[in-house]
Amino acid sequence: MQVVVLVKSIPDPSGEAKLGPDFLVIREGDGVLDPGDEYAVEAALTLAEASGGEVAVVSMGPANAASAIRRALAMGAHRATHISDEALRGADALATAKVLAAAVRRSPFDLVLAGVESTDGYTGTLPMTVAEMLGVPSATFARKVEVTAGVARVERQTEAGYDVVECALPALVTVTASAAEPRFPTLKGIMSARSKPLEQLALADLGLSPAEVAPTQRVVAVEATAEKGPGEVIQAGDDDAARIADLLAEAKVI
Amino acid sequence: MAKVWVFTEVSADGTPAPSALELLTKARSLGDAEAVALGPGATASAAALGAHGASTVHASDDPVFTDHLSQPAAHALHALVERHRPNLILFASTHDSRDVAGRLQARTGSALMSNATDVVSPDLARTAIAGGSQLVDVALEGPVPRLILVRPKSFAAEPSGGTAAMVPVDVEIPEELRRARRLERHEETASGPKLEEARVVVAGGRGLQDAQNFALLHELAAALGNAAVGASRAVVDAGWIAYSHQVGQTGKTVKPEVYLAFGISGALQHVVGMKGAKRIVAINKDPDAPIFRLADLGVVGDALQVLPALIAEVKARRV
Ligand SMILES: Cc1cc2nc3c(=O)[nH]c(=O)nc-3n(C[C@H](O)[C@H](O)[C@H](O)COP(=O)(O)OP(=O)(O)OC[C@H]3O[C@@H](n4cnc5c(N)ncnc54)[C@H](O)[C@@H]3O)c2cc1C
Ligand SMILES: Nc1ncnc2c1ncn2[C@@H]1O[C@H](COP(=O)(O)O)[C@@H](O)[C@H]1O
Repeated sequence: MQVVVLVKSIPDPSGEAKLGPDFLVIREGDGVLDPGDEYAVEAALTLAEASGGEVAVVSMGPANAASAIRRALAMGAHRATHISDEALRGADALATAKVLAAAVRRSPFDLVLAGVESTDGYTGTLPMTVAEMLGVPSATFARKVEVTAGVARVERQTEAGYDVVECALPALVTVTASAAEPRFPTLKGIMSARSKPLEQLALADLGLSPAEVAPTQRVVAVEATAEKGPGEVIQAGDDDAARIADLLAEAKVI
Repeated sequence: MAKVWVFTEVSADGTPAPSALELLTKARSLGDAEAVALGPGATASAAALGAHGASTVHASDDPVFTDHLSQPAAHALHALVERHRPNLILFASTHDSRDVAGRLQARTGSALMSNATDVVSPDLARTAIAGGSQLVDVALEGPVPRLILVRPKSFAAEPSGGTAAMVPVDVEIPEELRRARRLERHEETASGPKLEEARVVVAGGRGLQDAQNFALLHELAAALGNAAVGASRAVVDAGWIAYSHQVGQTGKTVKPEVYLAFGISGALQHVVGMKGAKRIVAINKDPDAPIFRLADLGVVGDALQVLPALIAEVKARRV
């Protein structure tokens, strides 16, 4: 089974996100593999191992996305495609979906996995846009994915519980944190990642023009909201239960 | 006048999702509001949708829309878009609607904005970032309809007293769009009020130390009577409590009278789901926990000691 994982490189989440004067996120330093996408990589590796297949990762991002891609390779992915182009700076979800769909289409695939939403952008719609462009069925919010005889069986988290969904391959599935426990790259994995195929592509290699990836949405203003000042803080033991109960009574809920 | 559509989820008994009524209330202030409802119960929902401002309801009761994920709905919605050319479609940020919006975008090439908290005009929407400390205005350009996913409870639903014309949706769904099938539905039946509707939410995070300690939260909720149990993602991921209790970015949005956070740090992604609460009480042993910045009352200390004392106090006051 050929599994493709869409992985995003994000600015180190332990740092503070900053916006530049053009309202775009400043992406300095090495990117990290989005923790949400690590679950997708893990799920892909598990499925490919069971079927004797391979895992390819596809990522669109600036040059510093390379470290995130290498992490996916170090975890065990077999090869990677990195799409990077000056014309993609500030690309929105639609443009990103066009690029990723075009990159995925270049090789045969059985299953595309992605995260439910990215840690920095959290639009959460991009994988579905890719699925529609690829013309494949999909299941989102998978907390469990199994594949038997060309059919993916997914436990899909819902607002009230979960659904069981079946989907003929080829298909696209987005996975939650419950779907897999990401493995830690071994030293051997890190070493071998260096010699795995990493294909670098520009927009033109995908047959796309800059006009086709022009953003359709633009941040035009950013404004700080009035911060509600902190309220009263007491130490536990200072009648805490009575004070909380007073507040509940004031709110007329007891 | 702008034609503003609301993509509406309905339950089989004809009850529209509360978020649809919120969105219709907003839609009618932006232009001529219409609703699209697909799946069993759609036709029966027309009265309620009309009463909240939909002049027309495009409805189909065909179970294909609930038996198969996203593709049939996106296909039918796209056909309706081609026929009626709305300027804007509002969706609630639910799992199903999000999927339909993402697919529709591939077909129409329109701007799709996620996580909106306000819609200023058919081509300008707002979102809150950094846990609500900054508001961002986003201009939507390119082909219509513009597509916006709105966070639940961004608007209050208000009846308009109107009635809607019902237009049946007659779009053929090709066999190849029926490949993802929903085989089973499992719903947890929780006792007490629903999390989104409860007047009090008692929520727990990693600071509760152990899955077993959530029993204390359930006990407090039961003592209060009108309360539901919420949770941070950290404890949901750890398997301490089901996902349906998660509050935040990827979970539910709640606006109770009182939100009590026990051992929750107050990460941005949690805060977006609960900062609309009227009153916030935080119990955390770390005096620098970010949650204290939005708490009306903060208690610095061990949640596991405060909880039993509070349960006893509430029980004493309620007799
Ligand atoms: C894309 C994305 C989406 C996300 N969506 C959500 C979401 O929907 N909801 C959500 O909640 N999170 C979400 N998160 C995760 C979020 O960033 C935090 O990791 C999470 O909210 C932390 O949960 P917590 O507060 O329980 O745990 P922690 O951050 O570990 O905090 C535990 C707190 O408990 C306190 N504590 C410890 N012991 C005690 C004690 N005995 N008594 C009192 N206090 C104690 C500690 O001081 C600490 O402040 C999301 C993250 C990402 C990247
Ligand atoms: N630039 C990108 N390159 C590769 N995959 C991406 C990119 N952006 C988003 N994705 C995938 O889409 C998922 C959802 O992202 P988002 O729509 O940004 O919330 C992520 O978890 C990734 O799997």
